[in-house]
Amino acid sequence: MTIFPAGILMHIPDGFLNLFVSLACWAITLVVLGMAIANTRRDFDERLVPLAGIMAAFIFAAQMINFPVAGGTSGHFIGAALAFIVLGPWLGLLVMTAVIAVQALLFQDGGIVVMGANILVMGIIPGFVAYYIYRLGRGRSWSFQLVLAGVAAWLSVVTAATVVSLLLAFSGTSSLSVVLPAMVGVHAVIGIGEALITVAALAFIHQVRPSLLSDGQEAGKGGWVVVGLAIALVIVLFAPFASGHPDGLEWVAETTGFLGTAQDAPYSILPDYTIPGLGETGLSTILAGVIGVLLVAGLVFLVARLLQRRSQDASTI
Amino acid sequence: MPVRHELPPDDPVTEPIDSTAPVVAVDNLVFNYPDGFPALRGVSLTLMAGEKVALVGPNGAGKSTLMLHLNGILGEESSPVKVFRVVFVPELISPEFAAWSGLVFQNPDDQLFSPTVFEDVAFGPLHMGLPEGEVRQRSTWALEQVGMAGFGDRLSHHLSLGQKKRVAIATVLSMQPDILVLDEPTAGLDPRGRRQLISLLRDLPQTMLISTHDMLLVYELFPRTVIMDEGLIVADGSTIELLEDQDLLESHGLESPFTSFPASA
Amino acid sequence: MSFHASTFDRYLAGDSAVHHLDPRVKVVVAVVFIVCITLLPDGAWWLYALSFALVMGATLAAEISPWLIIRRSLVGLPFLLAAVTVLFTIPGNSLWTGPFGLTITDAGAMRFGSIVLRSLISLQTAVLLTATTSFPDILHALRHLKVPDILVSVIAFMYRYLFVLTDEVSRLLRGRAARSAALPGTKSGGNLGWRASVAGNMAGQLMIRSLDRSDRVYQAMLARGYRGQMLTLKPHEMRPLDWTVLVTGCLIAVILPVIGRL
Repeated sequence: MTIFPAGILMHIPDGFLNLFVSLACWAITLVVLGMAIANTRRDFDERLVPLAGIMAAFIFAAQMINFPVAGGTSGHFIGAALAFIVLGPWLGLLVMTAVIAVQALLFQDGGIVVMGANILVMGIIPGFVAYYIYRLGRGRSWSFQLVLAGVAAWLSVVTAATVVSLLLAFSGTSSLSVVLPAMVGVHAVIGIGEALITVAALAFIHQVRPSLLSDGQEAGKGGWVVVGLAIALVIVLFAPFASGHPDGLEWVAETTGFLGTAQDAPYSILPDYTIPGLGETGLSTILAGVIGVLLVAGLVFLVARLLQRRSQDASTI
Repeated sequence: MPVRHELPPDDPVTEPIDSTAPVVAVDNLVFNYPDGFPALRGVSLTLMAGEKVALVGPNGAGKSTLMLHLNGILGEESSPVKVFRVVFVPELISPEFAAWSGLVFQNPDDQLFSPTVFEDVAFGPLHMGLPEGEVRQRSTWALEQVGMAGFGDRLSHHLSLGQKKRVAIATVLSMQPDILVLDEPTAGLDPRGRRQLISLLRDLPQTMLISTHDMLLVYELFPRTVIMDEGLIVADGSTIELLEDQDLLESHGLESPFTSFPASA
Repeated sequence: MSFHASTFDRYLAGDSAVHHLDPRVKVVVAVVFIVCITLLPDGAWWLYALSFALVMGATLAAEISPWLIIRRSLVGLPFLLAAVTVLFTIPGNSLWTGPFGLTITDAGAMRFGSIVLRSLISLQTAVLLTATTSFPDILHALRHLKVPDILVSVIAFMYRYLFVLTDEVSRLLRGRAARSAALPGTKSGGNLGWRASVAGNMAGQLMIRSLDRSDRVYQAMLARGYRGQMLTLKPHEMRPLDWTVLVTGCLIAVILPVIGRL
């Protein structure tokens, strides 16, 4: 694919994450996305739809902008950092979500069941990382802020690559000891291009339309919830590896001693996707899957209800 | 694609037009943009029913700002725009006002924002709160009016510029406005597209106010011309007379359509 | 470098029964099917074959060339790199020993093959969905399946302006190419930083233009009665055939992993 060469390493296709990881990512994504929708609806009101839609088309189009690096390769642009810094985190997330949804639904660039994971690793994580790092430079000189924006953009890509590696290892699709250095290494290079383009774009906007970069884009109260969720996710993902098992997959394979279940998550709530007492039968695996789905759905439903009530209180309509 | 004009029996457009009744009257309209730029410095203009009026003048003369006012988009509490057919309640922009005047923007890519042609044409009537059956009927009718019947399921980005411009007109025709306000309808069109658009504008019965730099179009289609410059109306009268006044045209950066063809003048 | 609008058209117009199914049915069955493929256990080769046959059967019913669906599904291949490691890291009997002491195990090969096949079948399902359902119809389906309205509206706008903005990018890129001609064998256009800053300026310029465009579009919406709520026509009605396909499609999909796990 010549259209999305940079993104291809990030857009996880269906089949590469197991259902548990996919659903866990969906749960986090839906919570954060719900907050983004509530916040943007309040802040932008009826302007929101054309604004977010056209900015999403902009990110998609900007991903086609390339620049020659060396030896026939070219640098590309992912855009989460720029979107979050200029548009603020909530609008930025809505925009990145639309981009990822269209890439998956229209171009099969990224899967459908794993779309929650893709929104997490290409929108929520890089966006909030970039946004909060950039915010550290508030009130400092513009050149300092630009440098910080570059660092933010680079880190956003590298962090995202790290999380992709974790998700893959956690799903038993890759060995962490190989995929982590490989992904992070490649994206440390891709990140330089991202940083350069983001900085140059911000410099241009600062020159032509400085009002866009004034301190108007606040994350609001909910921002830290996202950071908390992200930290929780990292802890959850790291836990199996941190406990003396450097390679998640080998660990899973060793513990279960049965490769057929190597893909299943080492979770204590539903150990190996089975219900205690029912034994290692297919039936109990399926039941465990159903319970997992219900848990996630219930969580999402609760949060959605809460958000709905709050936005009803906030608006008069 | 032949241009067809079949009006449904219940179409209000077919009512006889009383050309002595004013459709819109703008009285001493003043408007400053938020940055303080005075876009309109006291504009007065009355359009009679069925009149086709050209609005010309250099870029930045205030033509587009005036047109946005006719649609109520820039309207304020004290808006001096009077609408004769509909009682205009100037609480920002009321749907009735939007429906009364159909504004077509210069760039059809700004006007056509829905994925498919039909959705775009249906957007206006749908948001006026009409029932779904009538929305569909009006949309189909409007597409027939501009010669784009059968294009409903097409995606907007598959259309040529000329087709997009005609669909853009259909998107406001479906609201059955009393007055059509068009910004630069022929800009960027090739000769055939321009010709098709001119014959469409000629055949539509609505009152029209059209801003344009296309002086041949003005000559061909509009009996009356309004010249704007620096936020003021500097001339308003018969097109033939104004186009013969070389000094007036030149002092406002305009060109007579005849200067390039001296033989026809 | 040019991007014609058709680059982005994934829908293949047709008149088959599959094309005429309610888009909601197609979206739901496709998603359920992909979930169930994800749930298939490793090494269930005949179930993979059966799933593949089901997708290809639907492809033939849609009067679309299976080869086209397979070809489009290969977009996911580069990602396989990420899964290659399992060939070597899963303990098992040695199948082949390469340089550096890398050993492919039978268990590793089974795992790798399973990931590849599940992924390809899922991709083919998604490709078939977009090939037989126009994107506006998919959006309608999402709206009526209770995906938040605002999200669907944003995606609809994005889809519409995708074409406008990628055209704009192609023009910018062509302009840059025209201005940065280089003699053969020489490098054009300064050092890396300079080239990146040209690209960045393009992105910045495009972003400001797009923001301005969103203002104009918003005005155009106001002019047509938009008051903050996107209304849409409801063009789809479920017919008995749609219900039949919905129920049987989901049942067949769910049976696959049940067989695989029992």
